[in-house]
Amino acid sequence: MASNQSHRLRDGGIVDRSQPLDFTFDGKSYSGFSGDTLASALVANGVKLVGRSFKYHRPRGILTAGSEEPNALVELRTGARKEANTRMTVTELYDGLEAASQNRWPSLKYDFLSVNQLASPIFVAGFYYKTFMWPAKFWEGLYEPLIRRAAGLGDTAKQPDPDHYEKAWAHCDVLIAGAGPAGISAALAAGRSGARVILAEEDFAVGGRLLADGGEISRKPASEWLTNAMAEIAAMENVRLMTRTAVFGVYDGGTYGLIERVNDHLPVPPAHQPRHRLWRVVAKRCIVAMGAIERPVVFGNNDRPGVMMASAVRSYIGRYGATPGKSIAVFTNNNDGWKTVDLAEAAGVKIAAVIDARDDLPPELLARGKEGNFSVLNGRVSSADGGRDGITKVRIALNGGATAQVDADCLAMSAGWNPAVGLTCNHRGKPEWREDIAAFVPGNCPEGMTVAGAANGHFSLKDCLSGGHRAGAEAAKAAGMSGKPGTAAKSSAEEYGQTPLWHVAGKGKSFVDQQHDVTASDVKLANLEGFQSVEHLKRYTTLGMATDQGKTSNISGLAIMAEVSGRSIPETGTTMYRPPYVPVSIGALAGHHRDEEFHAVRLTPSHHWAEEQGAVFVDTGLWKRAQWYPRPGEKDWLESVNREVLTVRNGVGFCDVTTLGKIDVMGSDAGTFLDRVYINTFSKLAVGKARYGLMLREDGIVMDDGTTSRLSEDHYFMTTTTAKAGPVMQHLEYCRQVLWPDLDVQLTSASEQWAQFSIAGPKTREVLKAVLDPSEDVSNDAFPFMGAREVKLRDADITCRLFRISFSGELAFEISVPCAYGDAMARNLMKAGQPHGIIPYGTEALGVMRIEKGHAAGNELNGMTTAGDLGLGRMMAKKKDYIGRVMAQREELVSPDRMVMVGIKPVNKLDKLYAGGHVIPKGAKPGPDTDEGYVTSVCFSPMLDQYLGLGMVARGRDRIGEIMSVCDPLHGKTYDCEICNPVFYDPEGGRQRG
Amino acid sequence: MRINCPYCGERDASEFTYLGDASLVRPDATPKDPPLDPVSDEAQALREQFHDYVYLRDNVAGFMRESWYHGGGCRTWLTVERHTVTHEIKSVTAAPGVGAKAPKKSGRRG
Repeated sequence: MASNQSHRLRDGGIVDRSQPLDFTFDGKSYSGFSGDTLASALVANGVKLVGRSFKYHRPRGILTAGSEEPNALVELRTGARKEANTRMTVTELYDGLEAASQNRWPSLKYDFLSVNQLASPIFVAGFYYKTFMWPAKFWEGLYEPLIRRAAGLGDTAKQPDPDHYEKAWAHCDVLIAGAGPAGISAALAAGRSGARVILAEEDFAVGGRLLADGGEISRKPASEWLTNAMAEIAAMENVRLMTRTAVFGVYDGGTYGLIERVNDHLPVPPAHQPRHRLWRVVAKRCIVAMGAIERPVVFGNNDRPGVMMASAVRSYIGRYGATPGKSIAVFTNNNDGWKTVDLAEAAGVKIAAVIDARDDLPPELLARGKEGNFSVLNGRVSSADGGRDGITKVRIALNGGATAQVDADCLAMSAGWNPAVGLTCNHRGKPEWREDIAAFVPGNCPEGMTVAGAANGHFSLKDCLSGGHRAGAEAAKAAGMSGKPGTAAKSSAEEYGQTPLWHVAGKGKSFVDQQHDVTASDVKLANLEGFQSVEHLKRYTTLGMATDQGKTSNISGLAIMAEVSGRSIPETGTTMYRPPYVPVSIGALAGHHRDEEFHAVRLTPSHHWAEEQGAVFVDTGLWKRAQWYPRPGEKDWLESVNREVLTVRNGVGFCDVTTLGKIDVMGSDAGTFLDRVYINTFSKLAVGKARYGLMLREDGIVMDDGTTSRLSEDHYFMTTTTAKAGPVMQHLEYCRQVLWPDLDVQLTSASEQWAQFSIAGPKTREVLKAVLDPSEDVSNDAFPFMGAREVKLRDADITCRLFRISFSGELAFEISVPCAYGDAMARNLMKAGQPHGIIPYGTEALGVMRIEKGHAAGNELNGMTTAGDLGLGRMMAKKKDYIGRVMAQREELVSPDRMVMVGIKPVNKLDKLYAGGHVIPKGAKPGPDTDEGYVTSVCFSPMLDQYLGLGMVARGRDRIGEIMSVCDPLHGKTYDCEICNPVFYDPEGGRQRG
Repeated sequence: MRINCPYCGERDASEFTYLGDASLVRPDATPKDPPLDPVSDEAQALREQFHDYVYLRDNVAGFMRESWYHGGGCRTWLTVERHTVTHEIKSVTAAPGVGAKAPKKSGRRG
């Protein structure tokens, strides 16, 4: 064992003393037991100083024993798994755990920047806004790095997270948040009634306060009831217990966010196991039984190590068998604080004194000072003395006006309890103030939510048991269950008896928010400067921000604000509560969607064949498409692309165009339907013919284009661009369902049913003859340009669709085969085309050929262009209505001054053109006033042996032949270009019709 | 948010795509014979109608009838009556014809 666990009690607690675990904190070795948290193990080893504070670098200790901890944050683990700002109070100890304190240099004990305490006047409320106002340019270079170094929390790993995270859904009748006495009672009642229950507990052990405080239930030790209850729950198949799982948010429609820390308690998650799991639980009803959070008292030096919540002292002693001090002073304003006295005494821990602030302190409590070994003082702790290694003394202002002091190495404080209302205040729920307990309790909860136990302001064990049972029974009934919920467990009544106490004036800084170093003076200053609204208070002072979201500080802060601004606490109100209630890792929110799995990847059926051919792929949306097919000896992509273009133009090549969207449009009104969505007419298209179609958005701007063929009287086959396949389908469904339900037309997405190849080049027919059934005639007469029909393959009983359409401008066909045959078809084309020198070509060569032919594509269909802009205005039918027709006639959209698509050719054949360059009159000074257009697409044309471009130029069609300048500031160039007809190659179109 | 699709049952909102106001009715734009002169008052009036249809929306704080598309399910366009502040959903129905020009006899459908 690495050390002697100086503060471990001889017995008691639910740690497993037979299983010692070794760990290090700031490089020093310690040991603890299985069942410890990192915090309880450090308590057991007498470690008090665990961190330095955010702004002032003050020494800090452990304040709480739970999820609400503001101070005890560490960097857990090392290397890629290092996790900053980990709350040690919820970090389960494992063998070999490594943790390091944060925000100190060079060491925790000797922290250089603790001089910030001397400079504290500049770190007051709003210091960001006041100190670093001017000059603005100093922010990036000076102020921000300075602040980041001086004020901050932990450091990140700076390496990719090696672990997995996942997301899951679950559905249930009743979701119960919290497995303390109320939550367990609720689970029993709802489970017995027959409801499907999820019981979620953030802690790794169930029982809540019972684990520390014990007590009696049904005249037996609470632990016995807990064991029996959990056995009954385990036996109910309809109840699912999820430990290490916190409900962090309420979402619409009964959806709840849960974070399960699946493997944080192990050094490394087991193989194939996630570290965290994000749950989305859909529940008919939800019961919040998350208990309450004890509130601190604000007094001088109340942040010193050794000052701890009274309930936390009980947790360390009662649950972990470790004492935070050898001589404990207890400071309370309520009876619950006295439980700490009883528990410590029972465990043999010395009580130095009890300081009870209540004027009406019950005489029997006052009398205990006479019978016990400690004094009972009626007064308030005004300050604590002691340095970084913990307090040594507390100073007390007695209620009569005198002062006193008590030697102690730990101060257990309790200013009462705040119900954990966080979740109940999601969805604009507003908490209500209850004067008798001086606390906010749940008000109008989100739909379907009820609250039980301490979370509802019912702090006694008796009320937790009965309230939980009632809530469970009611929730099950509301979810439609009719089983019997049984009876509630019983416990005796307790008197809470608190008197509000928020702040005691004293020597030294008095901290409200220990995580963000916000003091009582900061709150007062905010009030003086007019930031009285709690939302302003929060932003101005940063009160209640960061990892703990002010769980121990918000109410004290607003109580002090209420006091200094002369309003009541309910008048002052709370800030808006938003998810997440507990920290949620970004990894869990992302789940598996990272790196290669960031999004789904779609592969065409011939993908693996293309890989074999050595294709270089490009991402187009979710698809991987072959971009070019390099050959040995080719020095760069341009050489490969040039070869592909020249081979197609002089011989034959084929390209996988499967990624195009494909939609079967069927029904007796299919033609009418297409007439209404395309600008041109399809109802009169002959069966066996294809036609290029253009569709507009309703605002008159071009949406998409493609080729649509009529395969039979009432069956059209539409293709869309790759990018718009989904949006066009959605648009067509809208038109069909919402606008024209009277049309007899059905739409079926067939994008994934067909693998499609474009075969292009003068030798295309030779290849087709080799792959098609000998009965298929593809001569110009039998299969003219824009023909479309079904064909059979040679030696295979497979029906394919053949379209004589051309994007390249060459003699070309597109053939669709059922996608299962896509791979075979690619191989078949290669084999059949071999005697004719066939090659596969990629999207680059496809792009070069379409630019040479002046075909508009995605860069020109850019959401700003009209049919007229693209030179397709004459396609707009006059005698029918179609989507976008009316709006396309708007004055601005038909203005002769519009930028329209033209070809752009550098005057100097050696100039390299880039897309994005701006077109200005020749010799003009570049600027917004001289800007007359822009270059949309460029390529190197091996046919013309120079760079070519397409672009949008104002009045472009009237300027054919004009020399203009293209200004490309990105590449630092301006060069002269000729505006020309966009069809650079074979303008008569003879090649594709041949 | 959960949307109770009449065909698929209750599903998470992530399966759906939002479009907007479902009370819009596409104006009748059947071309006249002979076609309207684009600068005529009648043509201008039609463009005004379409301008309203395409661009003008009420910014409702309260219940609103909205078009949602169940693209992650049955591809049905739905009319969802939803409270834009609380996200409460009052009704979900399939939307055949809600954007169609009003039939002459039976009034608005949907």
